Amino acid sequence: MSYNPFSLQGKKVLVTGAGSGIGRAIAVAASKMGASIVMVDISKEGLEQTGALLDHPEYQHQQYVVDLTDSEAIGALVESLDGLDGLVNNAGIPNTRPLQMIREEDFDRVVGLNTKAPVLLTNLLYKKKKLNKGASIVFTSSLAGLYTFTPANGLYSLSKSALTSYAKSCAVEFAARGIRSNCVNPSMVNTHLKDSLSFSEEEYQKDIEKYPLRRYAEPEEVANAVIFLLSDAASYITGHTLLVDGGRSLK
Amino acid sequence: MEMKDFIKNLVEQFDEVELEALTPETKFKEFDEFSSLTILSIIAMADDEYGVRLKADDVRQAETVQDLFDTVQSRIQG
Ligand SMILES: NC(=O)c1ccc[n+]([C@@H]2O[C@H](COP(=O)([O-])OP(=O)(O)OC[C@H]3O[C@@H](n4cnc5c(N)ncnc54)[C@H](O)[C@@H]3O)[C@@H](O)[C@H]2O)c1
Repeated sequence: MSYNPFSLQGKKVLVTGAGSGIGRAIAVAASKMGASIVMVDISKEGLEQTGALLDHPEYQHQQYVVDLTDSEAIGALVESLDGLDGLVNNAGIPNTRPLQMIREEDFDRVVGLNTKAPVLLTNLLYKKKKLNKGASIVFTSSLAGLYTFTPANGLYSLSKSALTSYAKSCAVEFAARGIRSNCVNPSMVNTHLKDSLSFSEEEYQKDIEKYPLRRYAEPEEVANAVIFLLSDAASYITGHTLLVDGGRSLK
Repeated sequence: MEMKDFIKNLVEQFDEVELEALTPETKFKEFDEFSSLTILSIIAMADDEYGVRLKADDVRQAETVQDLFDTVQSRIQG
């Protein structure tokens, strides 16, 4: 094959939240780049739809229906896995309550999936030596909590800024096994999550004006950034926060 | 569901509006301080107090307090 440092040929990559949106796009793109994919999601239906879209079916991509807020289920998942070259912690949920309306259960649900789950999964995979030497870990964080602080997004921002910092801690500790850890920080992406945000059409239009590129991202555009970080093309990049924001942070 | 309690819950989502200023006929979106944040507060209030999940458009489409009350009431689980 011709020279291609971005190839994922021969790599096994786990993607959480693979049943929809960005996670689905990551799974599809990684399969096209030659990886075999371990898809994890709470939605069986979502996983099946993603599974049907993957390239190289002969690699026998795997699907696991797991509620990542259930730490026992994470334990069982880790037990059944082996030899990962890539780990993409992507599953996440939004929350649009103003601060004064945040209940304990909101905190537990949002931080539980967006922050606690990736921390538990990653630590356990490392501890149980399920990540190969030289593996690459990528987190789907967000521009929120880093550059953009918008009303009624405080809980989400908090969960994602904690994740951004955890990605750097992983880079420091897991370097002992040559494992890299980075995050991608997208601004708005055209997915279910975006559609659930209860903006009016007018508000979306106003928001888009804050983007130099004058549009939101497509999930595939985030996926390509993740592919880069998973690949050997990024072999000296660790602890990095890669903005995928159409220039939003510049305005 | 009582209008009196609903108005009490609704007025809490405003800073400058007095309880007496809200009646079923009030066009609550005409208050100066009304914003998209108010909409999100009202959505959270409806969930907390009545177990009803409103969409932002439900709030936008309601003209008066009565309209909003009717929307919430029609969605309360039996
Ligand atoms: N869409 C955006 O604008 C945007 C922007 C920045 C960051 N992000 C982040 O990107 C990631 C993916 O979001 P998306 O936009 O693709 O959303 P999405 O809603 O399309 O996909 C999220 C996926 O996570 C799965 N999931 C939810 N709860 C789960 C659980 N308990 N266990 C396992 N899986 C679960 C869902 O079933 C779904 O398939 C999230 O972490 C999100 O915070 C999204």
